[in-house]
Amino acid sequence: MVKDQEFLKFKASYCLDLAKKMGATDASVTVGHSISETVNFRNKSLEASDRSDGLALSIETYLGKKRSSISSSNLLDENIKTLIEKCFETTKITPEDEFNSLPDKNLLAKQISSLNLYDETRFENDKKIKYLKDLEESASSDNQIINTESSFTENKSNFILANSDGFCDGYKTSSFTTSCVTVAKDENSMERDYEFSSKRHLSDIKQATDLGNKAAEQTIRKLSPKKIGSEKINIIFDKRISKGMLSVFASAISASAIARGTSFLKDKIDQQVFANSINVIDKPDIIKGMGSQSFDSEGVNSNTLQLIENGILKNYLVDTYNGKKLNLQSNGRSGGTTNLYFEKGNISYEDLLKKNSKSLYITETIGHGSNLVTGDYSVGATGFLVEDGEFKYPVNEITIAGNFKDMFKNITLANDLELEYSVNSPTMMIEGMTVAGK
Amino acid sequence: MSNFFNKSDLTRQDTDKIVSETLNNCDDGELYLEESKSESILLDDNKIKSSNYSSDLGFGFRAISNEVVAYSYSNEISKDSLKNSSENLKSTLKSIKGTYNHEITKSNKKFYEDINPIEEKTLDSKLEVLNKVNDFLRKKDGSVKQVTASFAGEQKSIEIIRSGGEALTDVRPLIRFNVSVMLEKNGRKETGVYGIGGRQSYEDYLKNDNWKNVCEEAFRIASVNLESKPAPAGEMKVVLGPGWPAILIHEAIGHGLEGDFNRKKTSAFHNLMGEKVASDGVTIVDDGTIDNRRGSLTIDDEGTPTERTVLIENGILKNFMQDRHNARLMNTRSTGSGRRENYRHIVLPRMRNTMMLSGNQTQDEMIKSVDKGIFAVSFGGGQVDITSGKFVFNCTEAYEINNGKIGSPIKGATLIGDGPSILKEVSMVGNDMMLDPGIGTCGKAGQGVPVGVAQPSILIDKMTVGGTKL
Repeated sequence: MVKDQEFLKFKASYCLDLAKKMGATDASVTVGHSISETVNFRNKSLEASDRSDGLALSIETYLGKKRSSISSSNLLDENIKTLIEKCFETTKITPEDEFNSLPDKNLLAKQISSLNLYDETRFENDKKIKYLKDLEESASSDNQIINTESSFTENKSNFILANSDGFCDGYKTSSFTTSCVTVAKDENSMERDYEFSSKRHLSDIKQATDLGNKAAEQTIRKLSPKKIGSEKINIIFDKRISKGMLSVFASAISASAIARGTSFLKDKIDQQVFANSINVIDKPDIIKGMGSQSFDSEGVNSNTLQLIENGILKNYLVDTYNGKKLNLQSNGRSGGTTNLYFEKGNISYEDLLKKNSKSLYITETIGHGSNLVTGDYSVGATGFLVEDGEFKYPVNEITIAGNFKDMFKNITLANDLELEYSVNSPTMMIEGMTVAGK
Repeated sequence: MSNFFNKSDLTRQDTDKIVSETLNNCDDGELYLEESKSESILLDDNKIKSSNYSSDLGFGFRAISNEVVAYSYSNEISKDSLKNSSENLKSTLKSIKGTYNHEITKSNKKFYEDINPIEEKTLDSKLEVLNKVNDFLRKKDGSVKQVTASFAGEQKSIEIIRSGGEALTDVRPLIRFNVSVMLEKNGRKETGVYGIGGRQSYEDYLKNDNWKNVCEEAFRIASVNLESKPAPAGEMKVVLGPGWPAILIHEAIGHGLEGDFNRKKTSAFHNLMGEKVASDGVTIVDDGTIDNRRGSLTIDDEGTPTERTVLIENGILKNFMQDRHNARLMNTRSTGSGRRENYRHIVLPRMRNTMMLSGNQTQDEMIKSVDKGIFAVSFGGGQVDITSGKFVFNCTEAYEINNGKIGSPIKGATLIGDGPSILKEVSMVGNDMMLDPGIGTCGKAGQGVPVGVAQPSILIDKMTVGGTKL
């Protein structure tokens, strides 16, 4: 069983008291406990089971404007004492930084809303095994599938965040995640693809057979790919890739990137950065949401933020330290976005495919080709050539490239948004990118 | 591991008993104990932004029978906690019986010292170096707009207890020093990053004002990029410089030669053992035994001494990298390549220091032979799709080559290629093999481990360059 609130609160206040006693002017502490159990299958039989049980503690101590931190997984009182001593000794010799402080008291979350993020259901390993058997049975029904690997993970976590201004709160969360990776082979090629489902509540997880079928289907259609020539082309990003554009956007508007001047979106507040049909929202209070939270990692209350309104940048993601540097109030985004999404567009998926006589539909990208300083983007890609709305043939060993500043202004979104994960996007088209191939 | 046994109700005797009793009817497995201490100190935006110390103590208990691996970890050190893990392993493997393999290779060679780099230098002296870095770079040129510099140090002590009470231990130091600088000129911003590191004390890296060389290199890369033009798009010849660009070998070839992917036949290399996979003159080894290197290990995370494993010899595929589990299932021996990020993770066959050995041509000859292509000197990260064999990596410093001459610098572009065929496109191998500066971390299945790479300059006849200029 995951440790209860009482145990975690007890440890947290022990830390705060000790830090105060040693002379710290302020302190904050996070104590967490997490248990996960994973079962792995390969080719329809059990391959591995994995149980993890982890405690984690992190403490920040302040001496005026000096600050340092420690973290540990060892929660024995004696060890905590040694660590806090070490932390405070370090704090004393760390130079002052005028922006170091606990969050403003009046911004701290007052009450925890009920977001239904915890499902206490135990899904015993035997049940996981049954689920994975069904999943792999359907994933391997086509004889072009030569390997299946799948897993089911159940996680239960609890945490307490406390600081010397009296904040002390936390809550349990759970997640159930299942995934399936399949390998297909024909006389020309071997290809891999996947499908997964991740939810707060067990009952919301996709059906095993649907998941297996989907993984297999997505893999088989990639067989015998061709390389295409280098050209300017309109690119359609599958939902699982288009949401990555939002993650890049979120990193570029984090107060830390803005304060350091290392973002291509610095000084762009109230300016047009996306096409004017685009709206981006970050909503922390979605019931059962994978990214939902009652407060951020500093205890600051977080409300829904409209980040982009009709293409115009309205807000950065602000935490206490960088907020003070930028003269902005924290908006509860220490730790990043919550449930981030593009509002849906007004063209159907089918019409988006048909919009151009020829486009490239991308289902996977590889590489770390996003430069947040310059906005340059270049990654390896896999996908399909689409002509007149029809998938013609699979494509691989190509790269796609552009610059986010231009790409963001040329986005068209379909109307197929689903709020499934912590970052969500409809299918996306970007016109005028460069593909490099033959 | 004293901290493990003297601060809880768990005795060494009890531990041996639980381990042996749990693993008795299994093919393999061990209890892995780990204690790590680490620090990171970061200077950013003219200030010491953070100074963090962390200590971690935990165990991972593994039992294997046939193809099934049961694993359980905890950082609660007690007899109850270990017994719980034991029950958990037994319940997974209840219907599968094995015969424990007590055999494990021994060696008393060591490739680094038992030191704790964190305690060797005071925090004050590290803060002083970081501040010097900041002042040095900001005074150097008016275009310097941002400086980030960091130290990271770690000491990890491990003990592996096998059924029957056999124990193997290792103490591993690791340090890293990194500098990143952003320049702004005529409205353009570019960054340059450089770092050094290895399994040694900070002193070994920072004596003789070595930190200045790191600053100069980061500044040089950023300056080059300020002048960069859009990169070309399409297939062309590529000359790779020596050293760090060997992450191409790591991504394109290395991952595909790890035992697990080949046992499962999901690697594009699984049916190519003994076949020609590279041009004549291409020899690639994975070596865990180079003194003080980032990817070196005295023993791997299963207790096997590391070695120099020949992967490809003169173009022919010779060996895969193996941990005990995959080696047993493939009827071969472990190459000392079983690694894990920490006690929270299972062991996987991984790379150590992956190196292409020198040939006898010069970089000059390569450049001169190219009519139109690029010369790539440094890279950011890379990634591979094991199954299709397609891999990418991102240039952080590269130039055009026109008519046998190096031209303008080009913007960071992704290069993409096909693992099983790329080494057949290598038409020249240089005589200038160089090790990387000690900065690599390899990711696999969510686990990061420190690795090294090395290579001479090489000429690749055909690769796709992912620029924007058609």
